[in-house]
Amino acid sequence: MKRIIQFAIILAICFMGDLIHNFFNLSIPGSVLGMLLLLALLLTGILKLSMIEDVSNFLLKHLSFFFIPAAVGLITCFSILEGKWTALLFISVVSTIIIVVVTGITVQILMKRRQSFE
Amino acid sequence: MSELISSLVRSPIFGIGISLLTFYAGSLLYKKTGSPLLNPLVLSMLVIMAFLLSFHITFDDYNRGGQFISFFLGPATVILAVPLYKKISIFKENVIPILVGIIVGSTAGIVSIIVMCKMFGLDHLLSISMIPKSVTTPIGIEISNQLGGIPSITVAGIIFTGIAGILLGPLICKLFRIEDKVAIGIAIGTSSHALGTTKAVEMGEAEGAMSGLAIGIAGLVTVFLAPILAKILL
Repeated sequence: MKRIIQFAIILAICFMGDLIHNFFNLSIPGSVLGMLLLLALLLTGILKLSMIEDVSNFLLKHLSFFFIPAAVGLITCFSILEGKWTALLFISVVSTIIIVVVTGITVQILMKRRQSFE
Repeated sequence: MSELISSLVRSPIFGIGISLLTFYAGSLLYKKTGSPLLNPLVLSMLVIMAFLLSFHITFDDYNRGGQFISFFLGPATVILAVPLYKKISIFKENVIPILVGIIVGSTAGIVSIIVMCKMFGLDHLLSISMIPKSVTTPIGIEISNQLGGIPSITVAGIIFTGIAGILLGPLICKLFRIEDKVAIGIAIGTSSHALGTTKAVEMGEAEGAMSGLAIGIAGLVTVFLAPILAKILL
Protein backbone atom coordinates (compact mmCIF):
# COMPACT_ATOMS: atom_id res chain seq x y z
CA MET A 1 0.00 0.00 0.00
CA LYS A 2 2.78 2.38 1.00
CA ARG A 3 4.55 1.75 -2.28
CA ILE A 4 1.41 2.28 -4.31
CA ILE A 5 0.98 5.71 -2.76
CA GLN A 6 4.65 6.47 -3.38
CA PHE A 7 4.30 5.49 -7.01
CA ALA A 8 1.13 7.55 -7.33
CA ILE A 9 2.97 10.62 -6.01
CA ILE A 10 5.77 10.11 -8.54
CA LEU A 11 3.28 9.67 -11.39
CA ALA A 12 1.45 12.82 -10.33
CA ILE A 13 4.72 14.77 -10.53
CA CYS A 14 5.39 13.27 -13.99
CA PHE A 15 1.97 14.40 -15.08
CA MET A 16 2.50 17.91 -13.75
CA GLY A 17 5.82 18.07 -15.62
CA ASP A 18 4.01 17.15 -18.84
CA LEU A 19 1.29 19.71 -18.11
CA ILE A 20 3.85 22.49 -17.65
CA HIS A 21 5.62 21.36 -20.83
CA ASN A 22 2.42 21.49 -22.87
CA PHE A 23 1.02 24.62 -21.30
CA PHE A 24 4.10 26.78 -21.91
CA ASN A 25 5.07 24.93 -25.09
CA LEU A 26 8.63 24.50 -23.75
CA SER A 27 11.45 22.66 -25.51
CA ILE A 28 12.46 21.07 -22.20
CA PRO A 29 10.69 17.70 -21.92
CA GLY A 30 8.09 17.09 -19.23
CA SER A 31 10.20 14.48 -17.46
CA VAL A 32 13.08 16.93 -16.93
CA LEU A 33 10.59 19.56 -15.70
CA GLY A 34 9.17 16.88 -13.40
CA MET A 35 12.65 16.25 -12.03
CA LEU A 36 13.09 19.96 -11.26
CA LEU A 37 9.61 20.07 -9.73
CA LEU A 38 10.33 17.08 -7.48
CA LEU A 39 13.62 18.67 -6.43
CA ALA A 40 11.80 21.90 -5.55
CA LEU A 41 9.15 19.99 -3.58
CA LEU A 42 11.83 18.14 -1.62
CA LEU A 43 13.92 21.25 -0.96
CA THR A 44 10.94 23.26 0.27
CA GLY A 45 9.91 20.37 2.50
CA ILE A 46 6.46 20.09 0.91
CA LEU A 47 7.36 16.51 0.08
CA LYS A 48 9.35 14.35 2.49
CA LEU A 49 11.94 11.98 1.06
CA SER A 50 10.32 9.10 2.96
CA MET A 51 7.13 9.67 0.96
CA ILE A 52 8.78 8.43 -2.25
CA GLU A 53 12.02 6.79 -1.16
CA ASP A 54 11.24 3.06 -1.57
CA VAL A 55 9.90 3.36 -5.10
CA SER A 56 12.67 5.81 -6.03
CA ASN A 57 15.31 3.38 -4.85
CA PHE A 58 13.67 0.58 -6.81
CA LEU A 59 13.56 2.63 -10.02
CA LEU A 60 17.12 3.90 -9.57
CA LYS A 61 18.46 0.42 -8.92
CA HIS A 62 17.00 -0.90 -12.18
CA LEU A 63 17.38 2.31 -14.17
CA SER A 64 19.03 0.82 -17.25
CA PHE A 65 16.32 -1.84 -17.66
CA PHE A 66 13.80 0.82 -18.70
CA PHE A 67 15.97 1.84 -21.64
CA ILE A 68 15.85 -1.55 -23.35
CA PRO A 69 12.90 -0.87 -25.73
CA ALA A 70 14.33 2.53 -26.71
CA ALA A 71 17.68 0.89 -27.46
CA VAL A 72 16.09 -1.97 -29.40
CA GLY A 73 14.27 0.73 -31.41
CA LEU A 74 17.58 1.33 -33.17
CA ILE A 75 16.49 -1.62 -35.30
CA THR A 76 13.98 0.63 -37.08
CA CYS A 77 16.81 2.96 -38.19
CA PHE A 78 18.81 0.24 -39.96
CA SER A 79 17.65 1.27 -43.44
CA ILE A 80 18.50 4.97 -42.95
CA LEU A 81 21.87 4.03 -41.48
CA GLU A 82 22.84 1.87 -44.49
CA GLY A 83 26.42 2.68 -45.47
CA LYS A 84 26.77 5.32 -42.75
CA TRP A 85 27.23 3.06 -39.75
CA THR A 86 30.95 3.56 -39.36
CA ALA A 87 30.79 7.34 -39.73
CA LEU A 88 27.96 7.74 -37.21
CA LEU A 89 29.49 5.28 -34.75
CA PHE A 90 32.89 6.95 -35.02
CA ILE A 91 31.42 10.44 -34.55
CA SER A 92 29.32 9.30 -31.57
CA VAL A 93 32.20 7.57 -29.80
CA VAL A 94 34.84 10.24 -30.43
CA SER A 95 32.60 13.17 -29.49
CA THR A 96 31.57 11.34 -26.31
CA ILE A 97 35.22 10.95 -25.34
CA ILE A 98 35.87 14.62 -26.12
CA ILE A 99 32.94 15.77 -23.97
CA VAL A 100 33.94 13.54 -21.03
CA VAL A 101 37.52 14.83 -21.11
CA VAL A 102 36.71 18.54 -21.64
CA THR A 103 33.85 18.63 -19.11
CA GLY A 104 35.62 16.54 -16.48
CA ILE A 105 38.88 18.45 -16.65
CA THR A 106 37.14 21.86 -16.67
CA VAL A 107 35.08 21.00 -13.57
CA GLN A 108 38.10 19.55 -11.80
CA ILE A 109 40.39 22.51 -12.52
CA LEU A 110 37.76 25.08 -11.48
CA MET A 111 37.03 23.21 -8.25
CA LYS A 112 40.70 22.93 -7.35
CA ARG A 113 41.37 26.57 -8.12
CA ARG A 114 38.49 27.67 -5.90
CA GLN A 115 39.62 25.44 -3.08
CA SER A 116 43.12 26.95 -3.21
CA PHE A 117 41.59 30.42 -2.91
CA GLU A 118 39.91 29.51 0.34
CA MET B 1 2.40 -24.97 -32.48
CA SER B 2 3.24 -22.12 -34.84
CA GLU B 3 -0.19 -20.70 -34.05
CA LEU B 4 0.73 -20.64 -30.39
CA ILE B 5 4.07 -18.98 -31.05
CA SER B 6 2.60 -16.30 -33.29
CA SER B 7 -0.07 -15.46 -30.74
CA LEU B 8 2.61 -15.21 -28.06
CA VAL B 9 4.63 -12.84 -30.26
CA ARG B 10 1.55 -10.70 -30.72
CA SER B 11 0.95 -10.48 -26.98
CA PRO B 12 2.60 -7.79 -24.80
CA ILE B 13 4.01 -10.64 -22.73
CA PHE B 14 6.54 -11.33 -25.47
CA GLY B 15 8.19 -7.89 -25.37
CA ILE B 16 8.18 -7.70 -21.59
CA GLY B 17 9.26 -11.31 -21.18
CA ILE B 18 12.20 -11.21 -23.56
CA SER B 19 13.37 -7.90 -22.04
CA LEU B 20 13.22 -9.28 -18.50
CA LEU B 21 14.89 -12.57 -19.45
CA THR B 22 17.75 -11.06 -21.44
CA PHE B 23 18.34 -8.32 -18.85
CA TYR B 24 18.38 -10.87 -16.04
CA ALA B 25 20.80 -13.11 -17.92
CA GLY B 26 22.93 -10.06 -18.75
CA SER B 27 22.98 -8.94 -15.11
CA LEU B 28 24.12 -12.39 -13.98
CA LEU B 29 26.87 -12.45 -16.59
CA TYR B 30 27.93 -8.91 -15.67
CA LYS B 31 28.13 -9.78 -11.98
CA LYS B 32 30.05 -12.99 -12.65
CA THR B 33 32.65 -11.48 -14.98
CA GLY B 34 32.69 -7.86 -13.79
CA SER B 35 33.63 -6.82 -17.33
CA PRO B 36 32.31 -3.35 -18.25
CA LEU B 37 31.92 -4.58 -21.84
CA LEU B 38 29.22 -7.02 -20.74
CA ASN B 39 26.78 -4.30 -19.74
CA PRO B 40 23.32 -5.83 -19.14
CA LEU B 41 21.53 -3.17 -21.20
CA VAL B 42 23.86 -3.56 -24.17
CA LEU B 43 23.71 -7.36 -24.02
CA SER B 44 19.94 -7.34 -23.72
CA MET B 45 19.62 -4.94 -26.67
CA LEU B 46 21.91 -7.03 -28.90
CA VAL B 47 20.24 -10.35 -28.06
CA ILE B 48 16.72 -8.96 -28.62
CA MET B 49 17.76 -7.38 -31.94
CA ALA B 50 19.31 -10.64 -33.10
CA PHE B 51 16.18 -12.52 -32.01
CA LEU B 52 13.81 -10.15 -33.83
CA LEU B 53 15.91 -10.20 -36.99
CA SER B 54 16.39 -13.97 -37.13
CA PHE B 55 12.71 -14.77 -36.52
CA HIS B 56 11.41 -11.92 -38.70
CA ILE B 57 9.52 -10.32 -35.83
CA THR B 58 8.80 -6.63 -36.32
CA PHE B 59 9.75 -3.97 -33.81
CA ASP B 60 6.06 -3.10 -33.48
CA ASP B 61 5.34 -6.63 -32.28
CA TYR B 62 8.13 -6.37 -29.71
CA ASN B 63 7.05 -2.89 -28.69
CA ARG B 64 3.54 -4.02 -27.79
CA GLY B 65 5.16 -5.14 -24.57
CA GLY B 66 8.12 -2.78 -24.81
CA GLN B 67 5.95 0.31 -24.54
CA PHE B 68 5.01 -0.68 -21.00
CA ILE B 69 8.68 -0.68 -20.07
CA SER B 70 9.29 2.62 -21.88
CA PHE B 71 6.46 4.14 -19.88
CA PHE B 72 8.71 4.00 -16.81
CA LEU B 73 11.30 6.28 -18.46
CA GLY B 74 9.27 9.31 -17.35
CA PRO B 75 9.11 8.38 -13.65
CA ALA B 76 12.72 7.14 -13.85
CA THR B 77 13.88 10.56 -15.05
CA VAL B 78 11.79 12.39 -12.46
CA ILE B 79 13.25 10.44 -9.54
CA LEU B 80 16.78 11.45 -10.55
CA ALA B 81 15.87 14.42 -8.34
CA VAL B 82 16.24 12.11 -5.31
CA PRO B 83 20.02 11.51 -5.45
CA LEU B 84 20.39 15.18 -6.41
CA TYR B 85 18.38 16.24 -3.36
CA LYS B 86 20.56 14.08 -1.12
CA LYS B 87 23.68 15.68 -2.57
CA ILE B 88 22.35 19.21 -3.04
CA SER B 89 25.08 20.67 -0.80
CA ILE B 90 27.75 19.46 -3.26
CA PHE B 91 25.91 21.24 -6.05
CA LYS B 92 25.50 24.45 -4.07
CA GLU B 93 29.20 24.48 -3.20
CA ASN B 94 30.25 23.97 -6.80
CA VAL B 95 27.67 25.83 -8.89
CA ILE B 96 30.20 27.74 -11.00
CA PRO B 97 32.56 24.83 -11.83
CA ILE B 98 29.56 22.65 -12.68
CA LEU B 99 27.80 25.17 -14.93
CA VAL B 100 30.99 26.29 -16.68
CA GLY B 101 32.07 22.66 -17.14
CA ILE B 102 28.77 21.70 -18.76
CA ILE B 103 28.72 24.74 -21.07
CA VAL B 104 32.35 24.27 -22.15
CA GLY B 105 31.90 20.51 -22.57
CA SER B 106 28.67 20.79 -24.57
CA THR B 107 30.22 23.41 -26.86
CA ALA B 108 33.29 21.23 -27.44
CA GLY B 109 30.96 18.32 -28.19
CA ILE B 110 28.85 20.14 -30.78
CA VAL B 111 31.92 21.65 -32.48
CA SER B 112 33.61 18.24 -32.63
CA ILE B 113 30.48 16.66 -34.13
CA ILE B 114 30.26 19.31 -36.86
CA VAL B 115 33.98 19.02 -37.66
CA MET B 116 33.78 15.22 -37.89
CA CYS B 117 30.63 15.33 -40.04
CA LYS B 118 32.57 17.54 -42.48
CA MET B 119 35.54 15.16 -42.29
CA PHE B 120 33.33 12.24 -43.31
CA GLY B 121 31.63 14.35 -45.98
CA LEU B 122 28.15 13.72 -44.51
CA ASP B 123 25.36 15.77 -46.05
CA HIS B 124 23.71 18.71 -44.31
CA LEU B 125 20.63 16.74 -43.21
CA LEU B 126 22.66 14.00 -41.52
CA SER B 127 25.05 16.46 -39.90
CA ILE B 128 22.22 18.51 -38.45
CA SER B 129 20.58 15.34 -37.12
CA MET B 130 23.78 14.38 -35.31
CA ILE B 131 24.29 17.73 -33.54
CA PRO B 132 21.90 17.08 -30.59
CA LYS B 133 22.96 13.45 -30.09
CA SER B 134 24.61 13.94 -26.68
CA VAL B 135 21.46 15.01 -24.83
CA THR B 136 18.60 12.97 -23.43
CA THR B 137 16.22 11.50 -26.04
CA PRO B 138 13.16 13.78 -25.62
CA ILE B 139 15.29 16.96 -25.74
CA GLY B 140 17.37 15.55 -28.62
CA ILE B 141 14.28 14.83 -30.72
CA GLU B 142 12.95 18.32 -30.01
CA ILE B 143 16.21 20.01 -31.09
CA SER B 144 16.49 17.78 -34.15
CA ASN B 145 13.01 18.85 -35.22
CA GLN B 146 13.79 22.50 -34.64
CA LEU B 147 16.97 22.31 -36.72
CA GLY B 148 15.17 20.42 -39.49
CA GLY B 149 16.96 17.10 -38.97
CA ILE B 150 15.77 13.48 -39.02
CA PRO B 151 14.78 12.53 -35.45
CA SER B 152 15.38 8.79 -35.92
CA ILE B 153 19.02 9.47 -36.92
CA THR B 154 19.31 11.64 -33.81
CA VAL B 155 17.92 8.79 -31.71
CA ALA B 156 20.43 6.39 -33.25
CA GLY B 157 23.23 8.81 -32.38
CA ILE B 158 21.84 9.21 -28.85
CA ILE B 159 21.89 5.45 -28.31
CA PHE B 160 25.41 5.01 -29.72
CA THR B 161 26.51 7.87 -27.48
CA GLY B 162 24.84 6.40 -24.40
CA ILE B 163 26.45 3.02 -24.94
CA ALA B 164 29.83 4.68 -25.56
CA GLY B 165 29.37 6.58 -22.29
CA ILE B 166 28.50 3.43 -20.36
CA LEU B 167 31.38 1.41 -21.78
CA LEU B 168 34.07 4.10 -22.03
CA GLY B 169 33.08 6.89 -19.59
CA PRO B 170 34.67 5.48 -16.42
CA LEU B 171 37.72 4.32 -18.38
CA ILE B 172 38.31 7.73 -19.99
CA CYS B 173 37.96 9.42 -16.60
CA LYS B 174 40.63 7.14 -15.19
CA LEU B 175 42.90 7.67 -18.21
CA PHE B 176 42.71 11.48 -17.97
CA ARG B 177 42.94 11.50 -14.18
CA ILE B 178 39.46 12.87 -13.67
CA GLU B 179 39.17 11.58 -10.12
CA ASP B 180 36.83 13.97 -8.39
CA LYS B 181 33.35 12.45 -7.95
CA VAL B 182 31.58 15.64 -8.97
CA ALA B 183 33.74 16.00 -12.09
CA ILE B 184 33.14 12.35 -13.06
CA GLY B 185 29.37 12.63 -12.61
CA ILE B 186 29.07 15.90 -14.51
CA ALA B 187 31.31 14.60 -17.32
CA ILE B 188 29.31 11.41 -17.76
CA GLY B 189 25.91 13.12 -17.61
CA THR B 190 26.94 15.85 -20.04
CA SER B 191 28.45 13.43 -22.54
CA SER B 192 25.99 10.57 -22.43
CA HIS B 193 22.69 11.68 -20.86
CA ALA B 194 20.44 9.24 -18.98
CA LEU B 195 22.09 6.10 -20.39
CA GLY B 196 25.49 7.18 -19.10
CA THR B 197 23.79 8.14 -15.84
CA THR B 198 22.79 4.50 -15.29
CA LYS B 199 26.54 3.81 -15.10
CA ALA B 200 27.19 6.85 -12.89
CA VAL B 201 24.47 5.72 -10.44
CA GLU B 202 26.29 2.40 -10.26
CA MET B 203 29.59 4.14 -9.48
CA GLY B 204 28.22 5.97 -6.45
CA GLU B 205 25.55 8.28 -5.07
CA ALA B 206 27.50 11.50 -5.69
CA GLU B 207 28.42 10.50 -9.25
CA GLY B 208 24.82 9.49 -9.97
CA ALA B 209 23.40 12.70 -8.53
CA MET B 210 25.75 14.93 -10.49
CA SER B 211 25.20 12.94 -13.68
CA GLY B 212 21.43 13.21 -13.31
CA LEU B 213 21.76 16.96 -12.76
CA ALA B 214 23.98 17.30 -15.85
CA ILE B 215 21.32 15.65 -18.09
CA GLY B 216 18.92 18.53 -17.55
CA ILE B 217 21.48 21.34 -17.66
CA ALA B 218 23.32 19.94 -20.71
CA GLY B 219 19.96 19.54 -22.45
CA LEU B 220 19.04 23.16 -21.76
CA VAL B 221 22.47 24.44 -22.80
CA THR B 222 22.26 22.45 -26.05
CA VAL B 223 18.79 23.84 -26.83
CA PHE B 224 20.40 27.29 -26.96
CA LEU B 225 23.81 26.37 -28.41
CA ALA B 226 22.86 23.94 -31.19
CA PRO B 227 21.07 26.41 -33.53
CA ILE B 228 23.77 29.08 -33.06
CA LEU B 229 26.73 26.75 -33.64
CA ALA B 230 24.97 25.04 -36.56
CA LYS B 231 24.44 28.42 -38.23
CA ILE B 232 28.04 29.52 -37.77
CA LEU B 233 29.84 26.27 -38.56
CA LEU B 234 27.66 24.32 -40.97
